[in-house]
Amino acid sequence: MSRITHYFKSLLLIELFKGMWLTIRYMFKPKYTMRYPMEHIPKSNRFRGLHALRRYANGEERCIACKLCEAVCPALAITIDSAPRASDGQRRTTRYDIDLFKCIFCGFCEESCPVDSIVETAVHEYHFENRGENVVTKPQLLAIGDRFEADIAAARAQDAAYR
Amino acid sequence: MQEIRNYTMNFGPQHPAAHGVLRLVLEMDGETVVRADPHVGLLHRGTEKLAESKPFNQSIGYMDRLDYVSMMCNEHAYVKAIENLLGIEAPERAQYIRTMFDEITRILNHLMWIGSNALDLGAMAVILYAFREREELMDVYEAVSGARMHATYYRPGGVYRDLPDQMSKYRESPWHKGSDLKRINSWREGSMLDYLEAFTADFPSKVDEYEELLTNNRIWKQRTVGIGVVSPELAQQWGMTGAMLRGSGIAWDLRKKQPYAKYAEMDFDIPVGVNGDCYDRYLVRVEEMRQSNRIIQQCVKWLRANPGPVMLKNFKVAPPSRVEMKDDMEALIHHFKLFTEGYGVPAGETYAAVEAPKGEFGCYLVSDGANKPFRVHLRAPGFAHLSSMDTIVSGHMLADVVAMIGTYDLVFGEVDR
Repeated sequence: MSRITHYFKSLLLIELFKGMWLTIRYMFKPKYTMRYPMEHIPKSNRFRGLHALRRYANGEERCIACKLCEAVCPALAITIDSAPRASDGQRRTTRYDIDLFKCIFCGFCEESCPVDSIVETAVHEYHFENRGENVVTKPQLLAIGDRFEADIAAARAQDAAYR
Repeated sequence: MQEIRNYTMNFGPQHPAAHGVLRLVLEMDGETVVRADPHVGLLHRGTEKLAESKPFNQSIGYMDRLDYVSMMCNEHAYVKAIENLLGIEAPERAQYIRTMFDEITRILNHLMWIGSNALDLGAMAVILYAFREREELMDVYEAVSGARMHATYYRPGGVYRDLPDQMSKYRESPWHKGSDLKRINSWREGSMLDYLEAFTADFPSKVDEYEELLTNNRIWKQRTVGIGVVSPELAQQWGMTGAMLRGSGIAWDLRKKQPYAKYAEMDFDIPVGVNGDCYDRYLVRVEEMRQSNRIIQQCVKWLRANPGPVMLKNFKVAPPSRVEMKDDMEALIHHFKLFTEGYGVPAGETYAAVEAPKGEFGCYLVSDGANKPFRVHLRAPGFAHLSSMDTIVSGHMLADVVAMIGTYDLVFGEVDR
């Protein structure tokens, strides 16, 4: 008996039609895909994207050139030089470069920063137009921080209890 | 009559079915493979050597990049090796989280495998469906660690952060609004565990769909049944592990034989094959997805009921929380020490292995007491499997080589290291 059913099953291409029926059904189901540039998939508040340097509310930059991020960076992507600031003699960075080609986005720099200065923002869409632009400098990082400060602060506040 | 000579051809490294950068030099006799010579090393990044120059924690991120479709399992082996040498153990909740994420990783890996293997053998649809579920699980990865793939989430002494109590939601757009938006956000209303619960309730039906597309399909069976038969003896001789070994009928699984993390408490079965051909290995992996789903359900249930610390409260190994660090001088000193110098690990050597989705992924770690490993050796399952290529593939047709590479589940990040 089983041979007969097997014969008819294989003759009538049952399993092939079953598979095709599945794919046809999906034609009429709501689409799972997103129209990417116009809409985005949700992004976690822990997302690790492009770096930024933050400032305090009074406009003072947070970074105190402790160089913890430089020390902890597994890819050696961060380079920091520091000197007393000319105006008030405070220890500040004179150079804060992140090589985005070296960076592996592990998040250790943010983890290590004792003053919440270096952060990895939720920005993941960025591009370079010229050679050498992969090295992001301090003014650029501060500008990114200024631009996204509201988002950065909100995401950090949401996650504060876990860190 | 003119003498006919064997023809040598390159399979890869740019061949789409070579799963990355495998260069296979095939000696052909017409359509039949006489000898297969895999050339590896095109993705060699020197991870083992690199790890010798960094404090222990800093190499965790590089472990993700070995087998880049089963990220957290690699981390687990490395972190476990460090924990062995330090003589510490992660808190119970962290161990459950690790168990859960190992299984999520297993599903991620098998989804990738089923999709790409089916694509290699001419079934286009499966990869589209498999990647849909992968996307859902990658959101879980992102929710806990902030990265969709290279998580850097496990740490010696636990995991970095506890599971979040919310999932990010889709935003309204002209194409998704009102009830439609509500539908796509319906899993995301609660915590990450709610999301996972919804996923695990839904996932078996999705596996049924893959099976409907493949298991009885005559083309799929023609391409896999009786192809690449690995006898149990051969599998053991070549040091095969994972689905390659279980497909041949040997019920060897580190999760059962040498339980780590919380596998001893989990209720799951080890599927084994009978014939040891590509089709059996396919069935084994599909069943493993279902079993992983069961384990995730059990972990979700436990994690929901038992809040607690996810990181060891030992400031010599694990950094203090940010609140403590900003409040307490001693905690700040520990913070600075850990992020600059790291921690010293007692001299000794250890081997820690986990059942990664591809097989036994092991980390042999030698420490001389410094803050950096003296030597790290990584045992990649794919490397052991690939070395058997010639034995298994010779005598098969050229198209079967593709089926075999697919069923090995090769990822060159780990083979080349």
